[in-house]
Amino acid sequence: MRLSKASIAIAAAGVIAGAAWAETARADYDSYTVPNLVYRTGAYAPNGIPLANGFIDYFNMLNERDGGVEGIKVDVVECETGYNTKVSVECYENLKNEGQSGALVFNPHSTGVTYALIPKASEDKIPILSMGYGRTSAADGTVFPYIFNFPATYWSQASAFVKYIGEKEGGMDKLKGKKIALVFHNSAYGKEPIKTLETLGAKFGFELMLLPVDHPGQEQKATWLQVRRGKPDWIFMWGWGVMNQVAIKEAAAIRFPMEKFIGVWWSGSENDVAPAGPAANGYLAGTMHAPGSDFEALASIKKHVYAKGNGAGEESRVGEVLYNRGLLEAMFTAEAIRNAVKIHGTKDIRGEQMRDGFEAIDLKEADFERLGLKNFMKPIKITCENHEGDGPIAIQQWDAAAGKWNIVSEWIEPMHDVVRALVKEDAAAYAKENNITPRKCS
Amino acid sequence: MLYRETGQFKRNYAADQQLFPIFQDKILLAAILVVALAIIPFAINDYWSKAILLPFMVYALVALGLNILVGYCGQISLGTGGFMAVGAYSSYKLCTAFPELNLIFVILFSGGCTAAVGVLFGLPSLRIKGFYLAVATLAAQFFLIWMFNKVPWFYNYEMSQITAPPREVFGFLVSGPQAEPAAQYLFVLGFIIVFTWVALNLVRGRIGRSWMSIRDMDIAAELLGIRPLQTKLLAFAVSSFYIGMGGAIIFHIWLGTVEATEAFDILQSFFVLFAIIIGGLGSVLGSFLGAAFMALMPVGLKVVLVDWIGMVPVTAKHIEFMLVGSLIIFFLIKEPHGLARMWQITKEKLRLWPFPY
Repeated sequence: MRLSKASIAIAAAGVIAGAAWAETARADYDSYTVPNLVYRTGAYAPNGIPLANGFIDYFNMLNERDGGVEGIKVDVVECETGYNTKVSVECYENLKNEGQSGALVFNPHSTGVTYALIPKASEDKIPILSMGYGRTSAADGTVFPYIFNFPATYWSQASAFVKYIGEKEGGMDKLKGKKIALVFHNSAYGKEPIKTLETLGAKFGFELMLLPVDHPGQEQKATWLQVRRGKPDWIFMWGWGVMNQVAIKEAAAIRFPMEKFIGVWWSGSENDVAPAGPAANGYLAGTMHAPGSDFEALASIKKHVYAKGNGAGEESRVGEVLYNRGLLEAMFTAEAIRNAVKIHGTKDIRGEQMRDGFEAIDLKEADFERLGLKNFMKPIKITCENHEGDGPIAIQQWDAAAGKWNIVSEWIEPMHDVVRALVKEDAAAYAKENNITPRKCS
Repeated sequence: MLYRETGQFKRNYAADQQLFPIFQDKILLAAILVVALAIIPFAINDYWSKAILLPFMVYALVALGLNILVGYCGQISLGTGGFMAVGAYSSYKLCTAFPELNLIFVILFSGGCTAAVGVLFGLPSLRIKGFYLAVATLAAQFFLIWMFNKVPWFYNYEMSQITAPPREVFGFLVSGPQAEPAAQYLFVLGFIIVFTWVALNLVRGRIGRSWMSIRDMDIAAELLGIRPLQTKLLAFAVSSFYIGMGGAIIFHIWLGTVEATEAFDILQSFFVLFAIIIGGLGSVLGSFLGAAFMALMPVGLKVVLVDWIGMVPVTAKHIEFMLVGSLIIFFLIKEPHGLARMWQITKEKLRLWPFPY
């Protein structure tokens, strides 16, 4: 079985490494292990599949084109979770010591699973990349040294949405007396933005209407009846999986104006809007990166992976929103490996060194160009204290006739003053509850 | 010949009343205990603990609880997930309200809270029977999960996803990320051993017999002088006590963090019900075998299909769905009384071996 094989491999590697140490002090790996917790089955599979495909395709492209990262092949080991926490814990334990490098990073792809893995991964010194989801207060790198949730948290995103509608209404003061409904997945994930929106509601004087939708979200008639009765001016949605498309269809059915309906960036993919057909035209969603496949990196994937018949999915779906997001996760992981190798001067890195690699992420316009992702997203810089980055967030809009997403806003800076204070407070509470001494960063 | 009790005479009442009167059974039990207590703790690692042994033990405890209600007392319940949630959330409230309280008592008390809730939802069982009772307990499932997600008091006004704080028992950390797998394993094993012993004694004594008489024919039982209300409610209480402890252990030891809607949803109720049906209704051993089947079969299949054969994980998952489903059907056709009955038959066969007739 995997585990005993792994332990034998580690023991063997240890012996070999020990012997080699005397001479060269270096024994390079054959491959880096990058596990990926995916769900290609279950209620969330329609969203899980493109996410997983983008991730594995990017690494296959690097392996094929550049011979891996820093000359070492990357072994992407998928584990099928079905979006289930118990199975994800099993996957985590099974894969954490996989291969020579051990797991370099985990992508839980579920806020609930992220919560479950945070304490253990911090203890095992394996970074968790919960890119744009997960526990918001993990943005505080002093309390959560191994957890990363850049390029922006849910709280930042909620504040950016409020900023966006303030702009549309003609000034933040115009928000007074407005009513915003939050349609959310009734779980830790969906409840994330409530605190921020309440704080902002008190600050700008808008009213917040909370509309929970139970897992998996196929039945929302009652929710949208409440929307009709409550007549909100704007609707925000924190949904995932089948819930998104049902909500958009229901909103269309009650003729709610789509350009006043904003989904979180997990509620803005092709899968979510397509079932509503033309009625979904104009629907808005947050995003951290550009949609579409007009990028060199994606062209390389088509050339080096799909042309050789090694693609994980269908070629026509390369460039979908969630595909690009999976690719972005892979890109950050690859860059973190590069950084870690550079910082530690060795290619034999493990999770602990990988953490430093993530903390050294500092991608500028020129770097994105080098990566073949020009204008894919805004420059991003992660530091020891700040695991969230400064996350400018864009709003994208669905054009049903053309069948594609277009970015329609400027990049919006979240209200860091409000959000950072909430993050500090929550992280401090977590540290106290779990006897964690925040580390010093400078 | 391998399994023959000929010549094993019982000379006094104590010998006749012991839990395991047959010599071979004693050896088998002793061997299992030696492995469980003296070998596994030294060999265990995170994977074995979190992926194999803890799930098995927790589900065995929960299945044992449900088996008392369904298998022994004949009251069908689909509220298992809800009762597990009661255990998890009451243990969370208890251990955050009284940080000094030993985790053993936290788990026992949360079992107690669950027993109280179980009795409450068991009240309709006096009037409602069979499938109708299943629907009534289904209401408990949905109501309890809804409540734990809705009322912020249960999660201390923080995240609806509750996280277990680190706690020590006898100087060993058993919950929280730093806990050693061996400590966690032994802690849960202690509960399993004690409460299996309790269950074995309960079901063969007066209480167990009154449960079984209610199960077999409640009117006849009533005529015999067994009071249905007390007997049924006691079954609900004891069953929920076990299930509640299981929920608390899932939260504190196994997962460390749970969310009611995800960890204790209706699928958990079905999962445990399937476990006891496959394992054997009305059998303590069956609860263990059923839990092993349901909890370990997917892991085992994954190891074989993905790690050994090298199949793509998602394909393996689809095959697993099909295989587990067909295995359930296979076992139910082959032996409707469950794996425990199969073990019984095996013992019969061993008695005659090598001269079967």
